Amino acid sequence: MSSTTNYILGVYDDEDEVLHAVTAVKAQGIKIEDVFTPFPIHGLDVAVGHARTRLPIAAFMFGTLGMICALSLISYTMVFDWPMIIGGKDFFALPNWIPVTFEGTVLFTAFGLVTTFCASNNLYPGNKVEPLDLRITDDKFVMAINVDKNKVSAADIKKVLKDSGAIEVNTK
Amino acid sequence: MAGHSHFSPANVEEHFEFSAEGKKRIIYAFIAGLTALALGIYLLSKGEAGGHEVANAGHDAVKAGHEAAGEHLSGGAVSHQAGAEEHYDWTNRIWANVWLNAVFFTGIAVVGMFFVSLQYLTKSGWSAVMKRVPEAFPKFLYISLPILILVFFFKGDVIFHWMHHGVTEVGSENYDKIIAGKSGYLNKNFFLIRLVGFGALWIILWNMLRKKSLEEDLVGGSDLFTQMVKIGTAFIVIFGASSSIFAWDWVMSIDTHWFSTMFGWYMFASWHVTTYAVIVLAILYLKDKGLMGYVNENHLHDLGKFMFAFSIFWTYVWFEQFLLIYYANLPEETIYFLERWEGHNKIYKTSEILMVILNFLLPFLVLMTRDAKRTRIFLKIAAFLIIAGHYIDFYQMIMPGVLGKHGGYGLVEFGMVTVFASAFIYVISGELTKASLVAKNHPFLPEALHHDI
Repeated sequence: MSSTTNYILGVYDDEDEVLHAVTAVKAQGIKIEDVFTPFPIHGLDVAVGHARTRLPIAAFMFGTLGMICALSLISYTMVFDWPMIIGGKDFFALPNWIPVTFEGTVLFTAFGLVTTFCASNNLYPGNKVEPLDLRITDDKFVMAINVDKNKVSAADIKKVLKDSGAIEVNTK
Repeated sequence: MAGHSHFSPANVEEHFEFSAEGKKRIIYAFIAGLTALALGIYLLSKGEAGGHEVANAGHDAVKAGHEAAGEHLSGGAVSHQAGAEEHYDWTNRIWANVWLNAVFFTGIAVVGMFFVSLQYLTKSGWSAVMKRVPEAFPKFLYISLPILILVFFFKGDVIFHWMHHGVTEVGSENYDKIIAGKSGYLNKNFFLIRLVGFGALWIILWNMLRKKSLEEDLVGGSDLFTQMVKIGTAFIVIFGASSSIFAWDWVMSIDTHWFSTMFGWYMFASWHVTTYAVIVLAILYLKDKGLMGYVNENHLHDLGKFMFAFSIFWTYVWFEQFLLIYYANLPEETIYFLERWEGHNKIYKTSEILMVILNFLLPFLVLMTRDAKRTRIFLKIAAFLIIAGHYIDFYQMIMPGVLGKHGGYGLVEFGMVTVFASAFIYVISGELTKASLVAKNHPFLPEALHHDI
């Protein structure tokens, strides 16, 4: 949120109202940047029109990577580098390795996913985030509209927000 | 989906009509199955009668082979196989198939009750829209349980090694010390008591639940719901014990010498995931008929997740059972997998590989993405794969122990499964017509209608 951005914030005090307001505001051809709420609202992400998260794809890739790493490590150590007979099985004893491969897959997926999620949301130690309105952590619902990304004039946007039930309209 | 549904439960009492056309189609399938079965039995009687000499000649060679193998393995376990072969008669294959299908479809029927009970016990909301479908399944117990009882009573010695004549009598040539040691549990009377007793409890509890459920449609209120929670809880406690006990009784005791502590879980997992697949197919069929419009992709998504998760759960249990035995390498335990992998001229090896592909790999890949779990065609594909795979799973549990090298896939197998499947569909369709497809006074119905994931 750089200081040059020009936001208009509609503040609502009811989750149903903000959900309906999203549809009403979009119907006026206004592009919504984001909606901030103290708790998740069912259907809000679909109403705003956010693209679906691509985290599952990342999860699959991390899982595959974990599987490959686990299998490579164990086959390198147990077959090529220092062949060992364990329990009278072959050197390449795949069934023995499945639990380790499973653990490797899960470990890579979990760590990879948390890291990806934090990175894509700018969540890292020392990062100070200033909320657009502190009350979104309490009991207010805030719809943020980026004026620069909209063709509609600021005055019109403010009017639409007021009409859609916003209890106050601020700029930031 | 965000949309607010304008569906009101009061105006949508929906009934499935089991049309004359539908009945006719299922009866045709039943007759086709019977014909295939009859033809298969005829060919079997001819084939075995003609090839008997050859089979006998081969018998000694196989026995010699077993003895050679016995030097590596334990003598006791191998003698079990030889024992099974001595009793072989070509009709055994018919009874083995009846048993296989009766066990398989009993599982699908009873897990319908388990699913509904679980929803009540956990007070789940989402499933209120579709609980009438699994609720109808246990009706088939009225057919499959008597079949199990009759086959056990009259042909039990074909299926179970421990019922062979003289295995528990000291001094008899068939005397088997290991089986004699298990006879306190594995004997005809106690087996029947368990089968009839738990079977009756299943049916009684289902009837109680069903009655309350139908009553709820008329009067509503939360009292009936609380009562159903209690019935469901009682059933889950009973099913927790009886599903394991029946896994030992009906399937594990076929290979009497062998045992596995994972077996109850393993068989339950197989039944469980199959039932989810059947529920999904039933709901999609009804949706294709234009019914159950209130079951949307969110509910299907949850059912898809169940199919996906329990396919993995089955794989986990199946593989853990294998891994422990493989790792410990005790001859009396490994014989079970050796028999399926290399025994009996390797006739079971293909099924064993196919099973893992159908039950784990394909559902895992097909149902992995969110979109697949919300798309009917992918759900249908996965459901068919899972049902086929778990039929093969039960085939692998039962056939090697009962038939040994005489097993195989033929008209008898195909005919028998068609007969049972069409009977199952007929009975369940009939039961579905008896109640509205939506439990309109279910206290969680509004929640279920707004289900959004």
